[in-house]
Formats: sequence, C-alpha cells, structure tokens
Amino acid sequence: MATATREATRAPAAPAAGASRASRRARMAAGSHQRTLVSSVTLNSRRGKIIYRVVLALVIVVFTLVFIGPMYFLFTTGLKSTQEAIATPPTLYPHHPIPGTYSEAWSHLDVARMMGNTLYYAFGALAFQLVFDIAAAYSLSKLRPFLGNLVLFGMLATLMIPVTVLVVPQYVTVADLPILHVNLIGTPEAIWLPSVANAFNIYLLKRFFDSIPSDYIDAAQVDGASRLRILWNIVLPISRPIIAVVSIFSLVAVWKDFLWPLLVEFGYSPTRETLNVGIWQGVIGTPPNLLIAASAIAAVPTIAFFLIFQRNIMAGLTAGGIRG
Amino acid sequence: MGKVARAQRTASAWAFLIGAVLCFSFFSWFPIVREVIMSFSKPVYGGGNTWAGFANYVRIFHDPTFWQAWRNTLEFTVLALVIGYAVPFFVAILLNELRHARGYLRVLVYLPVMLPPATALVLFGYFYNPQYGLFDRLLHAVGLPVSQWVLTPGGGFFSIAMISVVIASTWMNMGSATLIYLAALQNIPGELYEAAELEGANLFQRIRHVTIPQTRLVLVMLLMLQVVATMQMFIESFVLTNGGGGVDNNTQSVVMLIYQYAFAMSGASNYNSASALGVVLMLVLAAFSGGFLWATRERG
Repeated sequence: MATATREATRAPAAPAAGASRASRRARMAAGSHQRTLVSSVTLNSRRGKIIYRVVLALVIVVFTLVFIGPMYFLFTTGLKSTQEAIATPPTLYPHHPIPGTYSEAWSHLDVARMMGNTLYYAFGALAFQLVFDIAAAYSLSKLRPFLGNLVLFGMLATLMIPVTVLVVPQYVTVADLPILHVNLIGTPEAIWLPSVANAFNIYLLKRFFDSIPSDYIDAAQVDGASRLRILWNIVLPISRPIIAVVSIFSLVAVWKDFLWPLLVEFGYSPTRETLNVGIWQGVIGTPPNLLIAASAIAAVPTIAFFLIFQRNIMAGLTAGGIRG
Repeated sequence: MGKVARAQRTASAWAFLIGAVLCFSFFSWFPIVREVIMSFSKPVYGGGNTWAGFANYVRIFHDPTFWQAWRNTLEFTVLALVIGYAVPFFVAILLNELRHARGYLRVLVYLPVMLPPATALVLFGYFYNPQYGLFDRLLHAVGLPVSQWVLTPGGGFFSIAMISVVIASTWMNMGSATLIYLAALQNIPGELYEAAELEGANLFQRIRHVTIPQTRLVLVMLLMLQVVATMQMFIESFVLTNGGGGVDNNTQSVVMLIYQYAFAMSGASNYNSASALGVVLMLVLAAFSGGFLWATRERG
C-alpha cells in the first residue's frame, strides 16, 4: 500500500515503478516479507513461532475489544429500550431488542434532515473546491502568471495559521462580505466558499501538476488546443489519483467539521444543522437509547464510505504527508 | 512574443486563478488581518469601531478563566502527548511486525477517525456516565473504585476529568498517526536491522538505534502537528461536558473560551476580546512551531 501511496502523488508513473510494484507483490505473495524489526529466522524458530502466535492473538483480541467494542455498543444500544439503556449495571446485549428505537430516533431527531444537510454541504464544498482549486493549481503550475509565485506563497503561508484561531473574524466577514456587503450566514455558501481557501489542496494538486511533463502540453498547444481544453483533456485524466485524494479529504473535512457549521448554519436556524451539530444538540433532552441510535445511523455512511474507499483514504493519508 | 499576446496570456492565467484568490482573500487573508485589527478596537455606541489600544488584552488577562483555560489546554496537550503520541508509534511498530491480519487491524485502528466526532464523543459520554455508564461497570468488575470521569471535580494538573477527555480524544484520533508511522516504518531498509542484529543489538536496541532514527523526520513532524492540533482542542470537551467546560471549568480550553467570549457570553457578546484571545493563541502557536522547527533543524 505504501508503494501505491507514493505513486499516487508522483505523477505519471514511470514504467519501472509499476514493474517494481508488481515484483513486490509477487514477493509478498510468495510469502517472503521485507525484513523488519524481527528477522524471519527468529520468527521461524520454534520459540519465535510460539511467541508470534501469542502476540498475534493478543493484538487481535485487544484491538477488536478497544476499537470494535465501542462500535458494538454504538449499534446495540439503539436496540434497547430507554429503561434498559440506563439500567445499572448496563446490559451487555439488548435483552429485549426493540428495532423500533431506530425509526423513533430517525423521526424524533430528524436524522434525515441532518444527513441531507451534511451531504449537501459536503458535496457542494467538494464541487467548489475541485473547480477553483484545480483551476488555480493548474494556473500556478503550468501557466505561471504574473505575481503567481507571490500568490502561491500567500496561500502556503496560511498553512501556518490554524483555522480555529480565525473563527471570529471569519464569522464577522461571512456575515457581511467586504465590498459586496452580502450576508452569507445561513446559506450553504458560508461553508462552500471558505472551503475553497484550502492551501493544502492547492499544494497537493500543484505538486502533482508540476510533475506532468510539459511536452504533452506543448504538443497540444501546437495543435491549437485552448488552455481549458488542455486542462480538461490532458491534465485531468492524468491527475485522477491526486484528485481522488483531494476529494476524499475535502468530503471528510466537511463531514467532520463542527464549530463552523455550528456558527454559520445552526446559529442561523436549527433546521440547517449538520449531523455533528444535530447529535450534539440532542445530548440534552433525548433519552440515551435514541441519541445513540441516531449516532449509529449517522456513523453508517462514513463507515461505508471508509470501507469502500479505504485504499485511497490510507494512501492519501500518507501521500499528502500529513495533515493536522 | 508581442505585448498584446503576453497580456492575453497573463489575463487568461489569472482567469483560472481568480476564483481561489478571491476565496483566499475573503476567508483567509483578510480575516487574519482583521483579527489583529479587531483585537485593538472597541465598538462605539451607535455603530462603528474605534481604537482601543491594549484594553481588550488587559481585559482578558484579568479574567481568571483565561488563565484556567490556558492551564487546561496545556494539561490536555501534555496528556495527549503522553498517551496519544507514544501509543500510535508503538502500535505501528507492533502492526509492522505482524504477518497476519494486517489489513483488518489497520482498518480497525482507522475506523474511529472516520466517525463524525460528535458521534464518538456522545458514545464516550454514555460510557462515562456515572449512573449507568459501562466504564464504571468495568472498574467495578475488576474491583477498582468507580469514578465520575469527565464530571470529576478538582483541577489538579492531571485531573481525572481531563484524562477522560484525552482517552476519548486518543481513541478517535490515533488512527491517522498510526498509519503515517506504519508507512514510515515500511520505508526503513531491512539491511539496517540485519546489520544491527549481526552486531548483537537486541530488540530494544534495534528500536532505539534503527527504528527511531530512521523515522525521526516523521516523528518530529507529527509531534509538532499534534501539539498545534491539541492546543486547539474544542469539540472533545464541548461535547463531553455539553459546552460547559466541566466542573468549575476544569476542562475549559482556549478555543472554547474564544467561542464563549464571542458567541455564548450572555449579554454583550464581545468579538474584540475573542479576537485578542485569538491573536494570543496565534502568537503562541507560531512561536511554538518556529521554535520547534529551529530546535529540530537538520544539523550539518
């Protein structure tokens, strides 16, 4: 997976890289493993084998308990009645399962609305980011306009300033955009437009575009292709891996965000709440079984998303390096 | 190339750039400047703002909650380092040694990272509940005294309340660090371990002299990013204590205080004090990152 990762950021994969990946996969399949902390000689000794088995079993049991354990309660508590959910001692499994709790939670907390809002904000933000950030990265990488480097520097400099520090002036600005005097509070644009100001996206995309050989682009230019056409027909198809990484991270970022949607959407009207905000809002006055059932429903899309895209997600994580 | 052609080139290049530049101007560059301006202003009765000098700063420095929030944030950061920084590294080393169930374990560790944070925290809040929570039941089962968890009063430096917040936070966040370490570990050339072993280095010596130096860059980067991230702790305490900051504010954080100054104080909500606090946090984080990068720079 590490190889896949590096390929994801290093544009057009040289044939050699593909070959080495294939050979590596072949080696892995053959059972030989890259040398790590413990040598395979030690591992294959009688004692090594026993210790390895014990450690493996322990790790699997402990990890399952620690990570799946809470998930287990996330999904089973929603099957309990309120009485059972607050019983002392807590029951390990629902003694009288009531699937109706889920539908009650769904309607009581209006999970459908929260989920709809979250999806709307997340995919809208994704669309804005893809259009504007790809265009900007393409311009900075291949068109190199006058003052382009200054702009790039200004963008990268914002990486040094953590977002939460700026909530107050950002909020005041969104409430009354300078020059235009538009109030975006309560509109989806209050989430979509600030999400475009993401230096990390620009950095990842630009670095990838930089590695696309200019020959391709020059050739197309000679043939009379416009810049938009070059971006669309040459740059984008090559850049699919990095666009996947950027897309996944931008979706997840909006999905997980809390403070900003709390201020600009929920603060305007409770009907604009996202999943995160809605669940938090339910803490007061909702019986725990309903609240946990709603949380479980809220968790399903991200878990499904993760299981489907886990390869890309894990690759992206190590690719972009590191994101705070 | 003619002048006209060049102007056209620049114009079309800027056409691609302008959307992002406008968004950066409105939502990033301008707010940075504005935060500083706001921190030195005060509203005038009837509208508008006027120069306030350091009045906002003086006011927040005189607020006892300000110092408490900083102390708590530092406490959270230190605890998160003790628990949340070392654990993923050793988990990654362990996972890297295993030849079976690798995919499964990796997915397990990362799964909580994908959950909407409020979901994970509501779940932990349920486990922490002093009346019907699962965790007290577990303590009881192994014969330990039960605890109030996040609601434990008292504000010692390593308070139970803050440790509870850190446990929840580590559970939901450790996946990404683990996977980044794992990728770094896979890049260590096997020959180094081979050579160390030939020279008689035991397991711990190999970790100490091969693994750690080889992953130094990642370790250092993540350390910095983690400190910067944990200094901005907000949602953990906000959800677990329902926006209250715990018993006697013992899990109140700096970002929570910014939020409260600006949006939640009853009566006069004061953007200017909140901005002053924001500027202080920005300076502290910048000083930390700068100092850290300087102290860990590659020598030679």
